[in-house]
Amino acid sequence: MDAQHSNQSRVGQIADMPARRSAPLRLLAILLKSPVGMAGSLIVTTIVLLAFFGPLVSPKDPHGRNLRARFEAPGYSDGQFTYSLGSDQLGRDILSRIIAGSRVSVLVGVVSVLISGTIGVIYGLISGFVGGIVDSVLMRIVDGLLAIPFIILVIAISGVVGAGLSTLILILGFTGWITYARVIRGEVLKVREMEYVIAAYALGQNRLKVMLLHILPNVISSAIVLAAVQVGVTILAESSLSFLGLGVKPPTVTWGLMLSDGRQYINSAWWMTAFPGIAITVTVLGVVFLGDWLRDLLDPNVRGRA
Amino acid sequence: MRGFFISRLLQLVVTMFIISVVVFFILRLSGDPILVVAPDFFSQEQIEQMRKFWGFDKPLGEQYLTFVAKAITGDFGKSYLAKRPAMELIIERLGYTWMLAAASAAIGLTIALPLGILSALKRNSLLDLIITSLSSLGTAMPSFWLGLMLIIIFSVYLRMLPAFGALEPKAIIMPSVTLGVGMAARLSRMTRSAMLEVLNQDYVRTAHSKGLLHKTVVMRHALRNALIPIVTVFGLQLGWLLGGSVVVESVFSWPGLGRLMIDSISVRDNTVVQAGLLFFALSFILINYVIDVLYIMLDPRIKFQ
Repeated sequence: MDAQHSNQSRVGQIADMPARRSAPLRLLAILLKSPVGMAGSLIVTTIVLLAFFGPLVSPKDPHGRNLRARFEAPGYSDGQFTYSLGSDQLGRDILSRIIAGSRVSVLVGVVSVLISGTIGVIYGLISGFVGGIVDSVLMRIVDGLLAIPFIILVIAISGVVGAGLSTLILILGFTGWITYARVIRGEVLKVREMEYVIAAYALGQNRLKVMLLHILPNVISSAIVLAAVQVGVTILAESSLSFLGLGVKPPTVTWGLMLSDGRQYINSAWWMTAFPGIAITVTVLGVVFLGDWLRDLLDPNVRGRA
Repeated sequence: MRGFFISRLLQLVVTMFIISVVVFFILRLSGDPILVVAPDFFSQEQIEQMRKFWGFDKPLGEQYLTFVAKAITGDFGKSYLAKRPAMELIIERLGYTWMLAAASAAIGLTIALPLGILSALKRNSLLDLIITSLSSLGTAMPSFWLGLMLIIIFSVYLRMLPAFGALEPKAIIMPSVTLGVGMAARLSRMTRSAMLEVLNQDYVRTAHSKGLLHKTVVMRHALRNALIPIVTVFGLQLGWLLGGSVVVESVFSWPGLGRLMIDSISVRDNTVVQAGLLFFALSFILINYVIDVLYIMLDPRIKFQ
């Protein structure tokens, strides 16, 4: 009986074997096993959906003013949930503005990280692969840039250049690559000595091909894990900059700008500060969870640890 | 040993050179620095005069060399606005930033070390789950928002602590807690994984099998070895702390270097911004230099190559 049972469960396990399924289903199966991964992807999916389809679910116009309904407290204050998360100094609905703000966070997070990731991977790849004096020079530059705390560097540049949404995305993109460069270079140094790379040389492939076909695919998973972390860092940086008045400018709605409004009325309207901050925290938390899960999944060096 | 110090010192000089280039050119990204500060009603002639006065009529390379030559002697130029040496302005504020950073780092370490160790010792328990979740939450939370929430709770509602300024000693509590919590979140994560790594080592198993008390093993054998990576991470996280202090000082109107920089940026007082950037970078690399030295003292295995 027992033997039969274990046999059955083994059959079940084999049927569950990820290998038999198509790639997306396989990923889903792995995802279902990890609470952290589930939570992360659920949050991130929600935010991305809100960014794309926000106007469809938004209870009100995020820009719509109503001076008779300024500083409405959140909740069931008027017999119905007119302002479920309250209203701001111009009578605009906080919930609708949070939904609208997701768009900027997603845009800034994704586009900046794509830019910085691409630059960083290329930089690290060249540094690690070419080696020698080129490597030393490139890495010293990275050391120098790393010594200026990221947010201070970004603040200074956007202060000098002047900000706005697209400028900010570019600034974050062209400063964020430094982190990747170091990590990717380290990975390249490891992979470079692998037997399959030596074998590729022995088969007569040229250096460029080895770099692109054999080394790059083996370091890209580190870049993906790092990218997830960086999306969070970038979203936090955007909100800090917009909060300080050095980032996105009104009338674009961003969570950082909402916090900057909230600060003006901190004595009377706590909800103007509380809710946008929760939105940022939850979003970044989702990204962090997703990153943790990806790291466990993709990075064999740390798998099972931490 | 001397060789190590000298080679690290050389590296420090190279890093500083690169920082100086970066900082110098960031401030030139806007194009003509004179047009930024010159009043609209200035004639072409007056603008030329101003350009000459500040030395912007020279070629860029020469400007850079003058900038470095002066910076080495501690002369960062005069603030356009305050008409005083930028160095003076910075030294006035530096103390406040260091005080805030030290208090935040102390709070961060006091929270992070015990929690990280506990979390590693009780791996996969409920306690571990709670601690790691809290640390993820602390990492995800924008520090300036935490600051604003503390103001709402402790200044607006409870009226216990001042919301801004540095007029009384207790004014440092909220800004340092704000930064300390963020620091703790980042450090406890690292403490946990450093401890886990060490707990799996052979010498820890040996210590256990010798029959030593669990406490002795943890404190004497495991923690001392785990401290090495923790110290390194601590040094790197100081970058986050310094960066965070810029925003948090702004929230609490704390009169430190960060606030000076934000104020100078908004009035385009670029000499001060430039000097501020240099000081932040300098503090960061000097602290990490000291940490490298500490590292050697903590870990006799490293033979100074």
